[in-house]
Amino acid sequence: MCTYIVEKVEITGSAKGRNGWFASDEVVVSFDHPVHAMDDHTLNIDFLKSDGSPTDRVALEIRPSDALKFAKTILAVLDEAPDSLK
Amino acid sequence: MKDLDIKGGTVYFKGANGDEIEGYLATPVAEGSRGNVVVIHHMPGYDRATKEITLRFASMGYNALCPNLHYREAPNADSDDAAAASRANGGVPDDRLIGDVDGAKKYLAELPSSNGKFGVIGYCSGGRQTFLSACNLQFDAAVDCYGAFVVNPPAPEFPVRMNPIVDQAPNLSAKLLGLFGIEDQYPSPDEVKRLDEILTELGKDHEFHTLDNAGHGFFASDRPSYRVDAANRGWELIRDFFGANL
Repeated sequence: MCTYIVEKVEITGSAKGRNGWFASDEVVVSFDHPVHAMDDHTLNIDFLKSDGSPTDRVALEIRPSDALKFAKTILAVLDEAPDSLK
Repeated sequence: MKDLDIKGGTVYFKGANGDEIEGYLATPVAEGSRGNVVVIHHMPGYDRATKEITLRFASMGYNALCPNLHYREAPNADSDDAAAASRANGGVPDDRLIGDVDGAKKYLAELPSSNGKFGVIGYCSGGRQTFLSACNLQFDAAVDCYGAFVVNPPAPEFPVRMNPIVDQAPNLSAKLLGLFGIEDQYPSPDEVKRLDEILTELGKDHEFHTLDNAGHGFFASDRPSYRVDAANRGWELIRDFFGANL
């Protein structure tokens, strides 16, 4: 089924897409059918430039159980980094 | 049945609100009078797999047109980028969908080879949109392939914007073929049974098949959900249904 579960997050950062690096100011996180991954549903992450072209996109489609590991790893790495650097 | 020589390519036409959108048109090469099919793509987009389906309808002897429902969000972008943009915006609004399908139907109607008969078919979210189209536009035949949220609303934990549309069933203009998988939960066999009962109560001409060893997306030959037995059987049912009604 198409779930349409979508959340958006404003960020400050950069992503490397098909035309090279671009400033990314928005991440769209969804749980829905993938285009390429071999699962019925995946955790999908799109790094976007909100005033850019739809092709300014870095796309990820991750198996849900792996997405959870990925998210925990992000939190763990952030925890390891000294507060003075964040 | 012999596969016909066909041709396919991009065309542009007026969709909802008079907006120009693109679509993929496939037709037999030979001249003649023939039925028409509007193909509604799934949420992952106006992709190669859906264009191949559109070409298949041409090889079966129909004029077939698949409107790009995500064209406005990302004109001329790759289909997956356009689908992502549409997903981020909450999907395709129902009223816009009806206008775009109407535009595709009108384009087909103007083809010299049109015989004045029209079918519509859609997959996944396009299954629901097929039902919606056939309740708001005049069609001779409609094929709903595992469309969810026609009868049941999304579960509370899903923030889906789709509303049930079964209240529009009295306006169903077309004979309806429903193709579903026994293992699918959206729509579940119970939801399919309820829709079957409602259409029977309304006296609407319909034919439902819930296929064994199949779940959601069993027609999608490029996805792990593909089930060759169910897909082959489904194509046979579509061939007979459109053959009888278009």
